Amino acid sequence: MRFLSSSVGRKVLMAITGFFMLFFVTVHLLGNSSIFIGPGALNTYAEKLHSLGPLVWIFRGFMFLMLAVHVFFGIMLTLENSAANPSKYAIGRKLKATFASETMIWTGVLLLSFLVYHLLQFTVRVTPDIMPDAVANRPGDVYKMVLGSFRITTISLVYVAAMATLFLHLSHGIQSLFQTVGCSNDKTLPKVTMVGKLVSALFLVGYSAIPVLILAGILKN
Amino acid sequence: MSGHSEHNTKTLKLIVWRQAGPDKPGRFETYTAKNITDHHSFLEMLDVVNEDLIKEGKEPIVFDHDCREGICGVCSQVVNGVPHGGHERTTVCQLHMRLFKDGDSIYIEPWRARAFPIIKDLMVDRGALDRIIQAGGYTSAHTGGSPDANAIPIPRHDAEYSMDAAECIGCGACVAGCPNGAAMLFTGAKVSQFAALPQGQVEAAERVANMLKEMQDCGFGNCTNHYECEAACPKGINVKFIARLNREYLKSLL
Ligand code: HEM
Ligand code: FES
Repeated sequence: MRFLSSSVGRKVLMAITGFFMLFFVTVHLLGNSSIFIGPGALNTYAEKLHSLGPLVWIFRGFMFLMLAVHVFFGIMLTLENSAANPSKYAIGRKLKATFASETMIWTGVLLLSFLVYHLLQFTVRVTPDIMPDAVANRPGDVYKMVLGSFRITTISLVYVAAMATLFLHLSHGIQSLFQTVGCSNDKTLPKVTMVGKLVSALFLVGYSAIPVLILAGILKN
Repeated sequence: MSGHSEHNTKTLKLIVWRQAGPDKPGRFETYTAKNITDHHSFLEMLDVVNEDLIKEGKEPIVFDHDCREGICGVCSQVVNGVPHGGHERTTVCQLHMRLFKDGDSIYIEPWRARAFPIIKDLMVDRGALDRIIQAGGYTSAHTGGSPDANAIPIPRHDAEYSMDAAECIGCGACVAGCPNGAAMLFTGAKVSQFAALPQGQVEAAERVANMLKEMQDCGFGNCTNHYECEAACPKGINVKFIARLNREYLKSLL
């Protein structure tokens, strides 16, 4: 298909898949936030999700597809772009590019590694911090499982660092998405950029609050 | 009235990219620019250096230039890491030496991108931009003789928008500044200037498809929205024209 070989077509695929993942991190944050209501709320949420049966698997399959397409074209675009600009200037002075915009591939790879770890931990439940009873009955006491893991400082730190990475990726990614699909002009771009950074910061604060509050002993049994 | 005294002149250290030909290895050479005044333009400063080099029996520095008025888009030098030197809406030919201090060191390099092979020293082959234009940067509608003004009514906003895009002088600074060696601002401006006008509608879909394909075939990279192009552009072409290009591309698929 011509779309898949077109420079803009592939970028649009990055944007669409990025958009669905953005949608996912939003819903995921809302779901996770039930932990602030109490242990019961998080466990009920987890049970509801699991009770959806095949729907869960359809959704997982869809998200996997989005991720795979995003990663594939992300790596391809990055390789093509460094080939198109093989020699650098003696003095590299940047006018508008940001740390976030220049590190998209690296924040992306870090996010992918984190995702693998995160799934092994709380979905497959095979990391050493997971208690055997959490593995035996699923979804089981998700609250207890999360509490047990985030009380380990290193694990909490890894999560906060991953969320900082997500912040960087999205602080460039959100405005980039709008520009790529053509929903952007000189009036909207500065606003979308600002809102994008704000939303990214919300993800950082919202997600990080869980490990931080557990470490601080504010969220407890 | 005395002319310029010794005190009014500057001495600068130039670190210039020298390369004998497209497939020859390049390297930096250091030169001293003497007797430079506030009134010299950047290219006149290089003229002074070249005269000295010629007197010494050395090869002058090759660089592209034509109008020296900021309109032809031929001058193409990266000054201290920024295409055209990084002063707002200024081509390197319009860059003035009053912006530099006595004793400054200045790095001068050619546009660097795979699609712009170096011909010699600071001169690159920007023919790839012409090939993008040849692929669709025109309309082939028969317009007859000179039409009456306003025979085709065009809303003022559209006319202004098209003219803003048409300000692009095709110098290639957007490519030179892009970390991805992409030509999306150039192509975006050229597509947008037609897309906004009725005359451009007929061939709109073919135009965007063909120009984008040529852009890729020429070896330019993909846009990742760093917006370095807009910052480097001596004509202030806005990245909204890249969004327009993306939109025109998506429309062309329907
Ligand atoms: C939670 C996971 C992720 C989310 C929510 C996300 C979101 C986004 C968004 C919204 C964009 C902008 C799309 C565009 O402008 O076209 C983007 C771009 C990008 N992403 Fe991701 N992404 C994620 C994971 C990854 C991963 C795992 C990788 C790579 C291994 C990656 C690599 C990239 C690259 C290279 C870009 C292109 C840079 C650009 O166009 O500015 N991303 N991402
Ligand atoms: S020489 Fe014509 S724009 Fe600089």
